[in-house]
Amino acid sequence: MTISTALAVRKVGWEHFPHDADIGVRGWGVTAVEAFEQAACALTAVITDADIKPQTSVEVKCEAPDLELLFVEWLNAIIYEMAVRNMLFGRFAVQLDGNCLTGTLWGEPVDVARHAPACEPKGATYTALKVFRNLDDRWSAECIVDV
Amino acid sequence: MDPARFTRVDPMTWRVEPQGAMRVPAIIYADENLIRDMDDKVFEQTTNVATLPGIVRASYAMPDAHWGYGFPIGGVAAFDPDQDGIVSAGGVGFDISCGVRTMLTGLSVADILPIQKSLAESFFRQIPAGVGSTGAISLDAFDMDAMLSGGAHWAIERGWGEIRDLERIEEKGKMAGAKPEYVSEHAKKRQRREMGTLGSGNHYLEVQAVTELFDTEVAEVFGLAQNDVVVSIHCGSRGLGHQIGSEFLKEMLLAAKASGIELPDRELACAPINSEVGQRYLGAMRAAINCALANREVLGHYARRIFTHFFPNCDLRLLFDVSHNTCKVESHVIDGKRRELFVHRKGATRAFGPGHASLPATLRPVGQPVLIGGSMGTDSYILVGDKTSEAKAFSSACHGAGRALSRHAALKRWSGRKIVDDLASQGIVIRSPSTRGVAEEAPGAYKDVGAVVAAAEQAGLSRRVARLRPLICIKG
Repeated sequence: MTISTALAVRKVGWEHFPHDADIGVRGWGVTAVEAFEQAACALTAVITDADIKPQTSVEVKCEAPDLELLFVEWLNAIIYEMAVRNMLFGRFAVQLDGNCLTGTLWGEPVDVARHAPACEPKGATYTALKVFRNLDDRWSAECIVDV
Repeated sequence: MDPARFTRVDPMTWRVEPQGAMRVPAIIYADENLIRDMDDKVFEQTTNVATLPGIVRASYAMPDAHWGYGFPIGGVAAFDPDQDGIVSAGGVGFDISCGVRTMLTGLSVADILPIQKSLAESFFRQIPAGVGSTGAISLDAFDMDAMLSGGAHWAIERGWGEIRDLERIEEKGKMAGAKPEYVSEHAKKRQRREMGTLGSGNHYLEVQAVTELFDTEVAEVFGLAQNDVVVSIHCGSRGLGHQIGSEFLKEMLLAAKASGIELPDRELACAPINSEVGQRYLGAMRAAINCALANREVLGHYARRIFTHFFPNCDLRLLFDVSHNTCKVESHVIDGKRRELFVHRKGATRAFGPGHASLPATLRPVGQPVLIGGSMGTDSYILVGDKTSEAKAFSSACHGAGRALSRHAALKRWSGRKIVDDLASQGIVIRSPSTRGVAEEAPGAYKDVGAVVAAAEQAGLSRRVARLRPLICIKG
């Protein structure tokens, strides 16, 4: 639930940021790809603080008219796979090709006792949605997730 | 928010005159303290809604309003299809037809106290709640469409509910105009194993005691007496509604652009009511309303089963089932003329006053029960729609306390374990699979629901009938 400070030094990391009713997820990295991957870690951390074993992988594909909308599609694709497979994911790999995204999610089935899921994301939103490159050349991807 | 940003019409009414692209005024009903505590985003979002095409009379916000998505949570807006009015997926929200039902148990607090912990344990074990839980019901394609068309009727036909419940559910338990064929396969897949599940976040099942009566005559009509025990269930259309919300939000962004609608916020994505996308959304959204009505009917059946195990002669009767995330076609009088409007309520409860034709004969003389959920461990309220409700905000009232602190801030401040222990010492049994989830939903993270309902009453939105105190709370 806090900045992964060790990773921040390496210019890669994630954090949550506040919203009145829900929660914001923010990922950053040297590339947009890393920012998307880190934000996915932030999404999982909305649900659980526990480690997720990378037992199974799932492929997702999505597209959108621009990079910001693509980011929301990416998070929604993860939410969808979590819901229908009853899984949590802890590792992510993204490939971007223009406004098309291919992603691999690694995870395991939900174990209620071990993961103690705090809440269930309903959907990623366009609220506080930003994908941008900072002055220090670091990419950031963020939005509010409805839980 | 700084109250100076508004024209104070009366002690409970705060108005912003149309400026810039606003087509109508923005009006917030609240007392001065609630206004001061609201985020500036509520001002921004309420005035943004006022810019949407076809909006009628005003963009309203209820006393529990807080920062939402496009619309504020606690937002109410009506649109006229004959004036290029729109329908907005963001204006309904992700959890389509999220709502509350309250059932009378006919039991008193003294009946419950000796078995309070065992009863809590039974609810916790038998009501699937939270991530990783699946329901006992699995729907094939045929059953899915039947559920999406039939709502609570579908549940009752399969033995999960009682026919007498129907007159106590909005739309008599079945939303007309539902089009299961407009619901995507993704949305249906998300729902296959989710019927009869509670969800998580602020959703709950509570066993509550009636601790105060404000209006004994209406309370008697509602069947409520001091120290009575009721069961309240707060949840919605589960994964199906979430998926429909996400998909149409994306599609309506393009639809708004194609229709030349300038959006001050992407989350206000909308489409003209009289458009292909608009009609398709309405068909899918109404199917999701049926999903929520069916889900709460099934959960109500589970509650009956559990209570009957402990009290074989117990008879749970539905007081009412009302949603607070919807868009409904309603007839309202505007400047002396009756018009059919598409009323969006995002985190706002419909509150029909006395005499409304949709109410069952027993409730019609007094008005519709308005069910206001508190936060975990705090009071809930039962209100009744007032004669003044329609003129104030298209017969709408608040829906809950509204958060005062973010989940983020709540986690920093409270430990879930300690909250469970503290509430136990006050006679409130909390059961949840996640102590972190409990901390995020800490009672102190919410506004004072008592102040919210008092403001709703003073503003003429609804009147208080009864206050409820939780005895058992099951959180997802």
